[in-house]
Amino acid sequence: MSEVLVLVEQHDGAIAKVTGELLAAAARLGEPAAVVVGKPGTADALATELGALGAAKVYAAESDEATSLLVTPAVAGLAAAATAAGDPVAILLAATVEGREVAGRLAVRIDSGLLADVVDVAADGGTVVATHSVFGGAYTVRAKVAKGTPIVTVRPGAIDGAAPAASPAVSPLTVTVDPAISAVIVADHPEPAGDRPELASASVVVSGGRGVGSAENFKVVEELADALGGAVGASRAAVDSGYYPPQFQVGQTGTTVSPQVYVALGISGAIQHRAGMQTSKTIVAVNKDAEAPIFEISDFGVVGDLFAVGPQFAQAVRARKG
Amino acid sequence: MPAMNIAVLIKQVPDTWSERVLKDSDWTLDRDAADAVIDEIDSRGVEAALQLVEQHGGEVTVVTMGPDRATESLRKALAMGADKAVHVTDDGLAGSDALQTSAALAAAIGTLSVDLVITGNESTDGRTGSVPSMLAERLGLPQVTSVRSLEIDGTTVRAERVRDGGYSEVTATLPALVSVTEKINEPRYPGFKGIMAAKKKPVTVLGIADLGLDAAGLANAATVVLDAAPRPPKQSGEKVTDDGTGGTQATEFLAAARLI
Repeated sequence: MSEVLVLVEQHDGAIAKVTGELLAAAARLGEPAAVVVGKPGTADALATELGALGAAKVYAAESDEATSLLVTPAVAGLAAAATAAGDPVAILLAATVEGREVAGRLAVRIDSGLLADVVDVAADGGTVVATHSVFGGAYTVRAKVAKGTPIVTVRPGAIDGAAPAASPAVSPLTVTVDPAISAVIVADHPEPAGDRPELASASVVVSGGRGVGSAENFKVVEELADALGGAVGASRAAVDSGYYPPQFQVGQTGTTVSPQVYVALGISGAIQHRAGMQTSKTIVAVNKDAEAPIFEISDFGVVGDLFAVGPQFAQAVRARKG
Repeated sequence: MPAMNIAVLIKQVPDTWSERVLKDSDWTLDRDAADAVIDEIDSRGVEAALQLVEQHGGEVTVVTMGPDRATESLRKALAMGADKAVHVTDDGLAGSDALQTSAALAAAIGTLSVDLVITGNESTDGRTGSVPSMLAERLGLPQVTSVRSLEIDGTTVRAERVRDGGYSEVTATLPALVSVTEKINEPRYPGFKGIMAAKKKPVTVLGIADLGLDAAGLANAATVVLDAAPRPPKQSGEKVTDDGTGGTQATEFLAAARLI
């Protein structure tokens, strides 16, 4: 069976959740092969865990500069892996900042079509068909590449299921990275993860909008998010008003989320916001204004004061969870 | 270093505050259906370039690819203070994908002599987020991408790059390509004087033949759309007015759906 290359997203040896999702997607198309870009020894250290996630093979694209140069080591690693694999079915990356930048540079280098930010992939009679959700889910678009090896960036959280576990062997690759076309990473600062799940891939998101009224009042949103074990989000109006930091913005400009449960507190539901959350499986909205457009797409709406409904909601959830 | 020449890429996009639709015929964006505006992120790219030139001297050229009416966006950037503009436009470019767009933009930038290329990190319509790194590869430049701060020190670019789960301090030697995030700055508003001055600033129009492009447009794209369907309108569900038990009812709703 032909290989499907997956770029392993990892930081300091911790494999990101999306890597398992990429391997699950790869297993639908062919034989999953994980490409590890890192300092010498990284691939050996990760091989067992990658096997458990479904990698049938591990390529080691290792060099001393792998963690000190930006983007180009992964581009060179994937290009080398594509050559070693012969004619891979596809190359899958996470639709993260890093993944999509590697994908863009790689597409030019190996002259291949790029299918970006897909929510599903399938093999249709030997052709890789990707499904995109565009304009915040207003359209579902299916596409394929017409040139080269399909390069696909997959939205974190979009792929369910897992690949069957395997026992991979590690194949070393010879990788040369040109420093003249590379930016240098001088220092890296991971942000403390905190106790809440990451916004983009959380299965529950509780967001607050203009109706929350102040930064101080956002603790009502946080309390409900913590009761539900979810991430906290904020509408653009709330971020622009300084109620919550910009990295938590959900919407067209901000993060697109598609959780199992999305709770909107004090959010009117402007198109800007809906574009970032309307593909959520179940939407619960609380708003004072019975005419707020958020109610047009909510599965359960409460017309009322979020400062009364929110805390009661949180308490009832905690009581049920015991 | 001496004065810097900076190219800033801008894109005219449908306003994100309006409904955006795809054409039934070929699933390309219906650019007439929504209000067109300069992509918000790109006015931040223009602002970043203007600030650098104010510090170091030099010239800012704004570059766009798009139909005739994209000149409106070029004029806005010129009104903010950019010196000149390049408009890549040709009927044969319609339906270009990211790979083709990056080839056309790289060819246009090749007609200029620049030390720095600045772009937004992603457009709000395509959202591929890959054109900046495609351009860097085509131009053979280091990419300093997704940055929230930017300074030039001699021939060195220093920036803070935002990644998922943290940020990195990065450097590169000019010439380089930089993409900015929406946290980089607050763009200035063009004043009356700027708007009047913009009318006299030069706009160079380049087409497929000028740029020596082959395989342009929808028919030669490296990606092909098979079909597209508008999402079926979501039925709104139950709506209750809070009678003092709204929070409890919401909990019961989630529990009944086995979501908690």
